Amino acid sequence: MDILTGRLTRLTAVNADTDAELIARGSCDSQFWRLAHTDPALPVLPKYVKQQLEERSLDLQGFAIRTLTDDRLIGYIGLYTIFWPQREAIMGINIGERDFWGKGYGTDALRVLLRFGFEELNLRRVSLSFLEGNERAMRSYEKCGFRLEGRERNAWAYDGRRWDEIYMGLLREEWQETNNEQ
Amino acid sequence: MLTDQLFEGQRIRLAPPDAERDAELVAKWTHDPEYLRLLSADIAKPLSPFQIKKQYEEMDKEAEKHDAFNFAVRLKEDDRLIGFARLFRIEWTHATGSLQIGLGDRNDRGKGYGTEVLRLLLRYAFEELNLYRLAATTAEYNTGAIRFFERVGFVVEVRRRQAIQRDGKRWDAVMLGLLRDEWKREMISEE
Repeated sequence: MDILTGRLTRLTAVNADTDAELIARGSCDSQFWRLAHTDPALPVLPKYVKQQLEERSLDLQGFAIRTLTDDRLIGYIGLYTIFWPQREAIMGINIGERDFWGKGYGTDALRVLLRFGFEELNLRRVSLSFLEGNERAMRSYEKCGFRLEGRERNAWAYDGRRWDEIYMGLLREEWQETNNEQ
Repeated sequence: MLTDQLFEGQRIRLAPPDAERDAELVAKWTHDPEYLRLLSADIAKPLSPFQIKKQYEEMDKEAEKHDAFNFAVRLKEDDRLIGFARLFRIEWTHATGSLQIGLGDRNDRGKGYGTEVLRLLLRYAFEELNLYRLAATTAEYNTGAIRFFERVGFVVEVRRRQAIQRDGKRWDAVMLGLLRDEWKREMISEE
């Protein structure tokens, strides 16, 4: 079994030469951008993204998510920050291709990433957070066993009002339980 | 009239960080594991004055970008350094930031200095930088810090369960938040 392959997706290296285009396209989709980032939405060219990707350290690059059927790039996922002594990682995921929203691709990639985190990196805990109102993300995280741990009130300002940041966490034991059930 | 004194409390003042002058003492504080473990969940390790100077250089870089504001805490009566205070991780578009305060010598704690520092730092964050929200992070075992923040209006918002493992036990990482409207500026110091 390839630890980085799921039922619908597989996680591969990010290829700055070919993958910058999707990120650049995402930067022009402000709804997507706001769900995935906290810095201001700003349309950028693939050239600029490519340069940024090349400068970023390997640790921070994470994985590209590709479909098993036709190897198409649909988004990015990674354990972007790891506190090694605590064996805690903070993960992030975004599916830039809207055609692949709500069809289980994200959840599949998430399961693969968690398997990698808990069985390859031997993490003790995985944490994540996301913008209030992103129900799709929350359902997916709950399916994988994440539990709600709180909300940073009024953390972000968009469209003339404030929004919370929602925090969830998954402990190794909880992941093992969820995994055995499935 | 505008407030005439942003940087002076009754007994302490917020001064600019001075690596040349302070590195020796700050390095000495890092040899006290209790201090380091109360301060953060980062790996506790003793640092040399040279390493402290390096840290200060990094902090200067953040400060130049206006992503952070760093202060040395000094006693007014004899200018002795007793700690540091900082605002960091500032997100200008959202008007949010984080804060951290440390008093290096245990003999200087429990005397209300921290309360004076917090008061100045909050006024600076809310009324000079015009931030809307501040966050602070501590560990479940640091009940003193949780109380310290709650007294000015901070609310515990997130508990990253068992995120901190120390001395063979697991503790929650506790995240607190304070909105400008909730700030109790006239808090009374403990004791």
